[in-house]
Amino acid sequence: MSTPAGPKQKPAKAVPEPTPETQPFWDGCARGELLLQRCRECGKPYFYPRPVCPACGSTDVEWFEASGRATLYSYVINHRPARGFEADAPYAIAVVELAEGPRMMTNIVGVPNTPEDLVLDMELQVTFEQRGDVTIPLFGPATGSGR
Amino acid sequence: MSARDGIIIAGAAETNAVGKLPDYSTLQLHLEGAVNAVADAGLRMRDIDGIATVNMPGPMQIAHALGITPAWMDGTAVGGTSFLLHVRHAAAAIRAGYARTVLITHGESGRSRVGASGWPRGNSSIPGQFEAPYGTAGPTTAFTIPVLRYMKEYGLTHEQLAYVAVAQRKWSARNPRAMFRDLITVEDVLASRVVAWPFHLLECCLVTDGGGALIVTSADRAAEFPQPPVHVLGTGESMETPMISQMIDFTESQAFRLAGRAAFAEAGITTADVRHLMIYDAFAHVPIYGLEALGFVPKGEAGAFISDGNTEPGGTLPLNTNGGGLSYTHTGMYGMFAIQEGVRQIRGEAAAQVPEADISVILGNGGMFASSGVLVLGRQPR
Repeated sequence: MSTPAGPKQKPAKAVPEPTPETQPFWDGCARGELLLQRCRECGKPYFYPRPVCPACGSTDVEWFEASGRATLYSYVINHRPARGFEADAPYAIAVVELAEGPRMMTNIVGVPNTPEDLVLDMELQVTFEQRGDVTIPLFGPATGSGR
Repeated sequence: MSARDGIIIAGAAETNAVGKLPDYSTLQLHLEGAVNAVADAGLRMRDIDGIATVNMPGPMQIAHALGITPAWMDGTAVGGTSFLLHVRHAAAAIRAGYARTVLITHGESGRSRVGASGWPRGNSSIPGQFEAPYGTAGPTTAFTIPVLRYMKEYGLTHEQLAYVAVAQRKWSARNPRAMFRDLITVEDVLASRVVAWPFHLLECCLVTDGGGALIVTSADRAAEFPQPPVHVLGTGESMETPMISQMIDFTESQAFRLAGRAAFAEAGITTADVRHLMIYDAFAHVPIYGLEALGFVPKGEAGAFISDGNTEPGGTLPLNTNGGGLSYTHTGMYGMFAIQEGVRQIRGEAAAQVPEADISVILGNGGMFASSGVLVLGRQPR
């Protein structure tokens, strides 16, 4: 289980290794865009990236940029850190519901990761973190007129 | 044989011990369970013509180690529920005439990790790309995520969640083989170390070593075996998602519901017929999801159902009577032990025997709400 050989020091946290069908998603993250896919036949947006619509089986699918808005769907606050997360513990491992409908796992930044501060259904906005050669989407509290 | 002909579990046994077994490899645990189950059925190893087990070490390794040349093999590996699916697949194979006497084995050095496989999840896998980067580290960090949404939607309290462990300890207190047997209180549970809030240590399953095996064959042979037959009245299997983040609704398990519906329909039973229930309990919330998915209680009421005492000794619906994964044993793929307890209850030989346990239902979980198998076992044929 090795990460791609790179010139920089290898991050301790797990770094995703893009595959052909997910590469556009990670390329989008590198540009600061959260990309989803949508079926051109049934119109349904979906995540994680794959070449077949999970709602209707069509392969006529397209990429589009999501709003980056989401709400906090559920989470745990993990006290037994994964490799590389030692300094973050305890940290929330969250699932957010994107404004477009699909859900994704993420970490919550910009707010203490405590039960008091992480309130289900709170409004969030995507942000990005560089990790090795890959840019990872994270979420933080929505600011201003995010509604 | 036809599609409606009866199937029985003619032999069932666990390894001589379960718990901390550093002197056993994964393979040894499989083999000891197999030898014990074959003996329990009064058979010789050469009588076995079908084999089913998970991918590690796999049906070929188990068969070869036992000197069996099977006419039918099943390597279905969909997590801890796999052994329930093996029973279902064996029933189909026996009815089809592909095999006559099937051996199903489990062995796992979950605690001591002797001859155990690694966690096969590369960074290029879909979970490796879309979950692992967020600091997941095994089931405690992911299987647990849905419950907060359930608590918000249905008002399940921290005390009710903790009580699941309290109720099951009342069963394990009666089981000399259980790893934890001292009675506990809600306060004890909530005072135990936080593992992944809102889960405390005592709301998480054990990690142990152990194994077990089953012999499945046709009911018309029941008189050949020394043990009373355990009839396989109905079976079901289903799945939802290999990634917890992609569950359809965090307050219910589709896999549990669909597998249960299929098994109950085949058996021709309703929840009112069930005298004994096993629900795979890797964490304290899983029995709550299971009770609701199988239709024993309305949505949102399982926490109160358990904390009101209905599932503990003396209650109306005895649940996880071996103490479950929370208190008895949990090797990693616990499903085999849930089946074994169902068999013991039907035979009337359980450590904490339930009176009139003529129909037992076993609900298995695979992965993290990923897959499910359900068995309906009975003392009488359908």
